[in-house]
Amino acid sequence: MSGVRVLVGTRKGAFVLTADGKRKQWDVSGPHFPGWEIYHLKGSLADPNRLYASQSSGWFGQVIQRSCDGGKTWETPGGGMTIKPGAMPAGESNKFVYDASPETGKPLTTHQWYDGTQHPWEFKRVWHLEPSLTDPDTVYAGVEDAGLFRTSDGGKTWQELAGLRGHGTGPSWQPGAGGMCLHTILLDPSNARRMYVAISAAGAFRTDDAGKTWRPINRGLRSQYIPNPTAEVGHCVHRIALHRSRPGVLFMQKHWDVMRSDDAGDSWREVSGNLPTDFGFVIDVHAHEPETIYVVPIKSDSEHYVPDGKLRVYRSRTGGTEWEALTQGLPQRDCYVNVLRDAMAVDSLDACGVYFGTSGGQVYLSADAGDSWAPIVRDLPAVLSVEVQTLP
Amino acid sequence: MIRVVLPPHLRTLAHVRDEVQLDIAGRVTRASVLDALEARYPVLRGTIRDHVTEQRRPFLRFFACERDLTHEPPDAPLPAAVAEGTEPFVVLGAIAGG
Repeated sequence: MSGVRVLVGTRKGAFVLTADGKRKQWDVSGPHFPGWEIYHLKGSLADPNRLYASQSSGWFGQVIQRSCDGGKTWETPGGGMTIKPGAMPAGESNKFVYDASPETGKPLTTHQWYDGTQHPWEFKRVWHLEPSLTDPDTVYAGVEDAGLFRTSDGGKTWQELAGLRGHGTGPSWQPGAGGMCLHTILLDPSNARRMYVAISAAGAFRTDDAGKTWRPINRGLRSQYIPNPTAEVGHCVHRIALHRSRPGVLFMQKHWDVMRSDDAGDSWREVSGNLPTDFGFVIDVHAHEPETIYVVPIKSDSEHYVPDGKLRVYRSRTGGTEWEALTQGLPQRDCYVNVLRDAMAVDSLDACGVYFGTSGGQVYLSADAGDSWAPIVRDLPAVLSVEVQTLP
Repeated sequence: MIRVVLPPHLRTLAHVRDEVQLDIAGRVTRASVLDALEARYPVLRGTIRDHVTEQRRPFLRFFACERDLTHEPPDAPLPAAVAEGTEPFVVLGAIAGG
């Protein structure tokens, strides 16, 4: 029987939740890396037992972890103990150094700070890990301060794809309240050379040559909080999602506004429709219905919790604009949690499962595409990310 | 034999339970101790000092023989008791909690 493996990153460690295809009985493993912030974990489509995790700490910085057995055991790629004194280290898996060379980095060394002055680019952490669709040793990492890195040796070494920061608008990028993070990486399953990324608060960007050159794709976005609301960059994109069968159609949860693009990001239109608030972080697409999308509205940018004390997922079966509240099994009073941008995912079982994690430590599952919900776990540390693997 | 005490999270990361013991040829300084530590446990690279600049990470401090050595030059000799292995070199998180 098929099954699912849910990878949960929290403020204080990682958890792996597993169940068979019925999704009724869950085994909870963890905390892995206890006490560390785990911004994201994700498995390889090419080898489901190959997982990568971003482990970080304000004290000790960034560590990349890798598992080759579905999360039972972990290693720092190339970071094991050196057996022979003086031997060369096997790798530098935790080293993320911006490319500032004249040839590829231009060099680009500063971006805009909160007060409008220029500020050095400083690596802080990895927000998102996106394994290649075809090679388990190749992974993309979205980092803060915003940049895109790639490993092709299973995480032992990382190199920046400097064309993104260096394409021209980089000096005008500015951090959002959560930092200047590259948090979304989408790989086009139909075109290995096309990739989308999103940065807070710069916007969305696309490459059509496997990461060598990039261009902003923010036409149609409108952000009232920046001097020019329709500027080429400066938009606080929170999350982008696509359906594998139709990778040119993108759905975006922006700081405010839910948006849609039908031309690979060349233009966007608003599809917030009847949502109670169009602020939020997550957005995802049903595994089998490319026009069915999910968001979790959050009250506002100054009040990061669900409105009216009610935890409601909203579903649109029309690709946006017309939304219905999904409440069955979710708390409808005295609830004030947040759902962060990487904390929703779907499985691809016949009855699509939808999962999300909250700042209150709950991970909820709907095994019927959102009609009803139940918690898998209730009392984890604050959830930062949720990913799901559908296992054969 | 140089003895090094690491904070709990770094001991976990390096898969060591207690003190780390290192052989160092030549002068025993903070830089040479950290060089030897990182060579022995590559996973610790970047966790105590920056990969490129080798600057101390802001929330870490260094102690030995009840002295705060955090702001001593990295190439200054460590106390004789550290060099002789009778006292450990301590890497400490500067603030608790979080």
